[in-house]
Amino acid sequence: MAEKDKDLLDNIDGEYKYGFTTDIETETIARGLNEDVIRLISAKKEEPEWMLERRLKAFRHWQTMTLPTWAHLDIPEIDFQDIIYYAAPKQRKKLGSMDEVDPELKRTFDKLGIPLEEQMALAGVAVDAVMDSVSVKTTFRETLAEKDIIFCSISEAIREYPDLVKKYLGSVVPHTDNFYAALNAAVFSDGSFCYIPKGVRCPMELSTYFRINAEGTGQFERTLLVADEGAYVSYLEGCTAPRRDENQLHAAVVEIVVEKDAEVKYSTVQNWYPGDKEGRGGIYNFVTKRGLCREGGHLSWTQVETGSAITWKYPSCVLLGDNSVGEFYSVAMTNNYQQADTGTKMIHIGRNTRSRIVSKGISAGKSQNAYRGLVRVAKGADNARNYSQCDSLLIGDKCGAHTFPEIDSHNPTAVLEHEATTSKISEEQLFYCNQRGLSTEDAVGLIVNGYAREVIAKLPMEFAVEAQKLLALSLEGSVG
Amino acid sequence: MLSVKNLHASIGDKEILRGINLEVRAGEVHAIMGPNGSGKSTLASVLAGNEKFTVTEGSVEFMGQNLLDLSIEDRARMGLFLGFQYPVEIPGVTMANFMKMAVNEQRKFRGEDPLTAGEFLRLMREKSAIVELDSKLTSRAVNEGFSGGEKKKNEIFQMAMLDPKLAVLDETDSGLDIDALRVVATGVTKLHTEENATVVITHYQRLLDYIVPDYVHVLYKGQIIYSGDKTLALKLEKEGYDWLISKEE
Repeated sequence: MAEKDKDLLDNIDGEYKYGFTTDIETETIARGLNEDVIRLISAKKEEPEWMLERRLKAFRHWQTMTLPTWAHLDIPEIDFQDIIYYAAPKQRKKLGSMDEVDPELKRTFDKLGIPLEEQMALAGVAVDAVMDSVSVKTTFRETLAEKDIIFCSISEAIREYPDLVKKYLGSVVPHTDNFYAALNAAVFSDGSFCYIPKGVRCPMELSTYFRINAEGTGQFERTLLVADEGAYVSYLEGCTAPRRDENQLHAAVVEIVVEKDAEVKYSTVQNWYPGDKEGRGGIYNFVTKRGLCREGGHLSWTQVETGSAITWKYPSCVLLGDNSVGEFYSVAMTNNYQQADTGTKMIHIGRNTRSRIVSKGISAGKSQNAYRGLVRVAKGADNARNYSQCDSLLIGDKCGAHTFPEIDSHNPTAVLEHEATTSKISEEQLFYCNQRGLSTEDAVGLIVNGYAREVIAKLPMEFAVEAQKLLALSLEGSVG
Repeated sequence: MLSVKNLHASIGDKEILRGINLEVRAGEVHAIMGPNGSGKSTLASVLAGNEKFTVTEGSVEFMGQNLLDLSIEDRARMGLFLGFQYPVEIPGVTMANFMKMAVNEQRKFRGEDPLTAGEFLRLMREKSAIVELDSKLTSRAVNEGFSGGEKKKNEIFQMAMLDPKLAVLDETDSGLDIDALRVVATGVTKLHTEENATVVITHYQRLLDYIVPDYVHVLYKGQIIYSGDKTLALKLEKEGYDWLISKEE
């Protein structure tokens, strides 16, 4: 594998691999945001009236809100009127089969290593591919339908399954939650919807790949995942964007409902364009992710964050039901001028609820990397338990690592543990690896992967291999 | 194989090696002894290319090449192995993975194909037996939580895996109990052939009961002040270094 990784490094020459753009006719609307734009988005999506009403309500609320500034981030001013809120690859008609997908679009996803057909079939993964504002193609729907699993774009779900959407959309992350969640609720254009019925174990990994292509656009996707009583699903999410000098805004919301005794594993490999070595360009990634666990529910977040110029993201678990379990495993790596403020919230409400946090930050170059976490134990959460481990690894002496853990316990029976370490890759480690014939770059990749192993091991196999390569790649040029 | 001529090296402003001369030929075992602070470990580090030290004068030829021009990893890939006195831990990286990378880097350097998983596992099983290394250790992280003895056995295991032309073993006997010492030392002896050479740095004669040296050198204040055969080590064990040092001063 070392050999393969090395080849990969040589071939790519340290540059962002997914920085190409697709030359495809795109339908966009004018820049700016007002109620008419929201009506237009809703109309383009052929949405029912109730959805438009929800959007307008969110928009009106958003207008009363101010940008959050508490994160350890230096965010340049964002002009929300200078963003295109809807862009879609032009297609002649609605898709019936794979053959009708624009070949250029198909090539894009092939290039990203996400073939929409055969290979994914072999790997047993069902994919929803979202480019700019629309879902391009969802695979394996028929296979899933046999088990009554719904896996489709959120736009389609709004039209086809209004009762489910009405019941669950906004139930975990209401539009009043925060600035970016409100904006998303107003303008979200697409995303994935997934419903696993009672007692069903989803037979394959479900996966959504997000791709920003068009210039000047923002991407606001919305993911809603519902695991009904006793259901199980493992869900993967990947994202890439072209290399551009401008900054592009990405403000997504992911909501997960884990009903009684259900289990959801949600894995993300976030690789949005991080900007160049001087810090020009890159995605601003402001994401709200939260899951709600009912009695005996189990939600596990795993994330590998290597992309984006700015990351603001706290996948959280609300442990509402008794005996529910929340987990958060994270590797966040920043290089060059990237900034990340990421972590989790574990809200213990039910009795005997348990949570576990393992966060591994890696800072290189001139980047700033912060872990921010909250463990809250409500009054009635008897015997709640949390274990938190926050590690930071520094590469070089111009980067920063910060941790902001907060514990807020209102129940004396709670047992909360917190461990934190900060370390550097030592000269001795590098010398030792060099002396065994490893180049310094390979040695750093190896040491970082070893450091992140506990988290990477939580990812599904294909993703784990991908993540390992990504970590090594993102470190290019950070040593020496 | 190795020809060190008038080697001077310093750390910061402090000169530690002050004109080392040493010839090592294939098939030979050399022992380097000397009181604490005489520069024994520095010599090992400088040969391996540790950038903490600056070579200020002299030359080193290894396998017909100017060693001092080569990177640390190229020296290693050419067959120079350093057995560390204090092996470092690399958390989360399994010994198996680490060794696979190392072995394949060396093969690549020689223009050979990487080993298949099967070939590699066979090699690892075979070599771990030489130092009676518990095969479970290879699935653990590099040196993490290893006992002192396990760490030293692990160094010799890596030496066996990489089959070096020249092995420089820096106080491989320190911190070992009698049984571990026997295992480590017989391991080194088993690996010795007419094609390779070993330089052992040690304080104690007891290691040399197993690894019988062709030459014993005494290093003092950055210079080799005396060389002899294996009987020199026995004399040093009995009489210490005083008789040599006072002669020197």
